[in-house]
Amino acid sequence: MTRTGATIGLLLLASVGAAQDGQATTQSLDALVQTCAACHGPEGQGVGDFPRLAGLGESYLVAQLEAFANGKRENAIMKPLVAGFSDSQRQALAEHFSQLPVKAAQQGSGVADINEAGKKLAELGRWEDDIPACVQCHGPEGRGIGEDFPPLAGQPSRYIQDQLEAWRSGKRSGDPLGLMEQVAKSLKGDDLAPVADYFASLSPKKEADHE
Amino acid sequence: MNKLVIIVIVVCAFMAGIAWEAGVFLAGDRPDYKATGEATTDAPADPEPQPALEPASATQGADTADAGPPARTAIPEGPLGDLVRKGEQIFADPGQYASAYVGNDLSCGNCHLDNGRYDKTAPMRSAWPMYPAYRSKNQHVNDFAERLQGCFMYSMNGKAPPRGGEVIQALEAYSYWLAQGTRTGVELDTHGFPDIAEPEQPPSYERGETVFMDNCAFCHGADGQGQLAVDGASGFPPLWGPRSYNWGAGMHQIDKAARFIKAAMPLGKPDLTAQQAWDVALYINSQERPQDPRFNGSVQETADAFHQHNSQYGKTVNGTVLGEKSPPSGTVP
Repeated sequence: MTRTGATIGLLLLASVGAAQDGQATTQSLDALVQTCAACHGPEGQGVGDFPRLAGLGESYLVAQLEAFANGKRENAIMKPLVAGFSDSQRQALAEHFSQLPVKAAQQGSGVADINEAGKKLAELGRWEDDIPACVQCHGPEGRGIGEDFPPLAGQPSRYIQDQLEAWRSGKRSGDPLGLMEQVAKSLKGDDLAPVADYFASLSPKKEADHE
Repeated sequence: MNKLVIIVIVVCAFMAGIAWEAGVFLAGDRPDYKATGEATTDAPADPEPQPALEPASATQGADTADAGPPARTAIPEGPLGDLVRKGEQIFADPGQYASAYVGNDLSCGNCHLDNGRYDKTAPMRSAWPMYPAYRSKNQHVNDFAERLQGCFMYSMNGKAPPRGGEVIQALEAYSYWLAQGTRTGVELDTHGFPDIAEPEQPPSYERGETVFMDNCAFCHGADGQGQLAVDGASGFPPLWGPRSYNWGAGMHQIDKAARFIKAAMPLGKPDLTAQQAWDVALYINSQERPQDPRFNGSVQETADAFHQHNSQYGKTVNGTVLGEKSPPSGTVP
């Protein structure tokens, strides 16, 4: 429902934008991508604690840009940046990064050892506390499901922890159905680091695809 | 060597006994999920209600309290432990480890969450002690092996693994291991899916569609066909269509689906009202799915024989008689 409305809005804006500035739209996309590359890397692969954007779902990325703009994702760096983007620019950026290839070799913050506590929570959840396994929505080995359930594999541990903390404190909200907010709030404080380390240690691409 | 093994087993059993008693004592006030206390009909791991073997007594609290299944790490070493582990593996991914008998994209854990351990979704622990049992579904006494075969034939739209073969033996071993400390013939509070309040209004397809689009479609898709994970691995299961459970599965019954949905969906945040659960259960189970394996060539006769209650099979929905255009049953690879 909302998505239909948003799509119609985007189409309207896009057509207005196209009529007004024609070719300028493509040039500004390159410039915008350069802005993102400063932190997320030239191929959207992520740099340091800044997350990978390459290969994330387009609709997920659009939703995140909207959330930064409307404050549902509180972020001092992203908010002013995104506030200056038009809807059609957000759409174009999301499309651009969603189509960049995922590289197998890249790993998050270089956490080497798979820790048992993090692995257990990720793969099995903790149903005594009604907590599903992370992989039930984020896919086997955290490689994502569809466009809306983002991959976690290979994302920086610090980034994942920060997001979990943001869900818990209310600095991130408004996810579809409130599923992630509910799960994050059910976790214990000392769950965050192990589970974030675990996903950071995984390859974002299947081992078989490496060579 | 053998003597040592026996000693180890005896010691382990003794320790487990102590832990069990302590668990029962500590868990005295475990919440009762069956709000109405009504006897359940036929959940995936449910036999007909049976009288308890022992009358309630002064120790009533201890009869119904349940310390839950043993820790995953407590599976013993040795041949029995190996079989238990095999069962756990099949349970988690029957499409891979019992592929010859699975005809759709579902797995045991889609209905019995947490690999059959979760209290609110018919845990294996609560099913094991209730067999053998008479089942109206096939009108004879079923042992546990036959009950497991039913899951493959109906819920997984496949074929029955042979009795005494590794698949059934391993799943029996896993269930037996999960059920340790339960009492034969004594129904646990967690038996079957939790009860649900009767709907205030008769379940409605139209309201159910709204509930589905607002709460289920995000994961299961607007067309109910589920979503695969990024690499083609299993993601969210299909709820109808050729890759879902067939018209003979327990989950096709409105009441059973409503109880499961109320207890467990949306995953991790099961906050639908009872009415919403009934409505969406009707909506999901008013869609076409693989044929009932008991189909005799006539939808009407099959409906009369097996679908008198809580079933949409044989009913006309959106101008089509459900069951008339069913994909085939038993489609194993």
